[in-house]
Amino acid sequence: MTEIAPEQAGPATATRLDGASPEERLTRKPAAIVPQGTTAGTALLAVVAIMTFLAGITVGLVLSISQAADRWAGGLSSEITVQITPVDGTDPDEAAAKTVRILANMDGVVTAEALPHDELSALLEPWLGSSVDFTSLPVPRLVVAEIDRDAPPNTAELASVLASEVPGAGIDDHRVWQSRLEIMAESVVVAGMIILLLVTAATVLSITFATTGTLAANRDIVRVLSLVGARENYIARQFVQHFLTLGLKGSAIGGGTAILVLALAAWSSGQLMATPAGAQMEALFGGFNLPFSAYIAVALTVMGVAALTAGTAWLAVLSVLRKGRE
Amino acid sequence: MIRFENVGLRYGMGPEVLSDVTFEVNPGSFQFLTGPSGAGKTSLMRLLFLALRPTRGLIEVFGKDSESLPRTHYPAIRRRIGIVFQDFRLLDHLTTYENVALPLRVLGRAEPDYRSDVTDLLRWVGLQERMHAYPPVLSGGEKQRAAIARAVIAQPDLLLADEPTGNVDPAMARRLIRLFAELNKLGTTVIIATHDIALMDQYDHARRLVLNDGRLHIYD
Repeated sequence: MTEIAPEQAGPATATRLDGASPEERLTRKPAAIVPQGTTAGTALLAVVAIMTFLAGITVGLVLSISQAADRWAGGLSSEITVQITPVDGTDPDEAAAKTVRILANMDGVVTAEALPHDELSALLEPWLGSSVDFTSLPVPRLVVAEIDRDAPPNTAELASVLASEVPGAGIDDHRVWQSRLEIMAESVVVAGMIILLLVTAATVLSITFATTGTLAANRDIVRVLSLVGARENYIARQFVQHFLTLGLKGSAIGGGTAILVLALAAWSSGQLMATPAGAQMEALFGGFNLPFSAYIAVALTVMGVAALTAGTAWLAVLSVLRKGRE
Repeated sequence: MIRFENVGLRYGMGPEVLSDVTFEVNPGSFQFLTGPSGAGKTSLMRLLFLALRPTRGLIEVFGKDSESLPRTHYPAIRRRIGIVFQDFRLLDHLTTYENVALPLRVLGRAEPDYRSDVTDLLRWVGLQERMHAYPPVLSGGEKQRAAIARAVIAQPDLLLADEPTGNVDPAMARRLIRLFAELNKLGTTVIIATHDIALMDQYDHARRLVLNDGRLHIYD
């Protein structure tokens, strides 16, 4: 065959852009068919990272709140309180001691003890001050009983026994408080789930649009591959590999950052608990503990987002191939 | 090899750009497809490589009816066709060498297996010094030769070239026509779309398919 003479051989820099010799370049692995490091790809990486971060934070918070809600309900329902109002002609301390004995003999009660005078004084101190003689006042006595949550006592029967044996005794099993807290906790969890759903929907939409947009920039590659005889699966595989890698990178960055932020929040919460204000907060709402399931959920979110990115790319490539015959 | 019978083509609800086109292309033949700008040359070429469906009529490519051919069979047909586009369609992020090797790569051949074939072909088209350059730094003529090399690297049975000399000077145009003639001598069927009369006169024994107002006239 007749060779055609080189036309405009060009400067050496054009053929040795990275300093490698032609022989070295020939022995290299061929470049990826889908270009790496494009502007559209970097933008998609950022979108994936941001949305995974938001989804990860939401998942972590919802699971943490859900666990806290379980803790509130569990802590309250394992305790009942008997309040003994002073009645003329009776000794309230004696009535409290009798109540402890009755409770101790009831099935389903694990322990029972009357609140000591100093603890009662401490409870009243914010309202009455420290200079008031507590013993001269008709202050109700409190008996706290820990109950077996698996086999709780019959509160109706207990109330009946106490009404006949201890005048002025009344049971508070915290049911009202408990139901209110449960409603509040469930509301918070439901709100969290709704936010999680919205964040998931936003993640799916933004990643779908970003992936489709990135793919649009590579439409010519799809067409050229098709015209040189590449099968649809081959073309789709090139793009899916590219977008899966990109999705994994982005979601790992976002998910990793979310785990770091959640872990930092849990650690800060632990530090705060050491302060008096923190202790009060913990007494009221419990501490901010990140359950292990939150880490699993964030890891699953990372994989889900990467799979979503790759899946969207697969569908978009097939759509491009099927819309046109080129 | 190729048979068109009463083929008509229109885009959407527009007028017919090709009307009652009937011709056959025999294996090993060489033909120019010509006509004024807008006569439908590119549309006809697109029908030939299955990028368009005819509005009516019959098209057979390698003995297969294009209308009843499932999409999954397109790659097998296209692997037998080498296409040179007017706008080259080289991938900018791949080197000249990688662009030319693309058809072999999609066939699943390993790079060491095709390395010598590609470098030999690049040497043959005068691009051995530019094989690691990227398309944006190639001249028009170099891109043209790279596109031609990509079209012929897999030794296709049919070579389609759409205005392959449209971006090069007359001297390069003559070189490229010689290249197509060499390929034809090796058994490749060649169809070149061009409106360059002077170019066709250099290879005057080739058949001429002339399109005018969407109708085809054949000059053997």
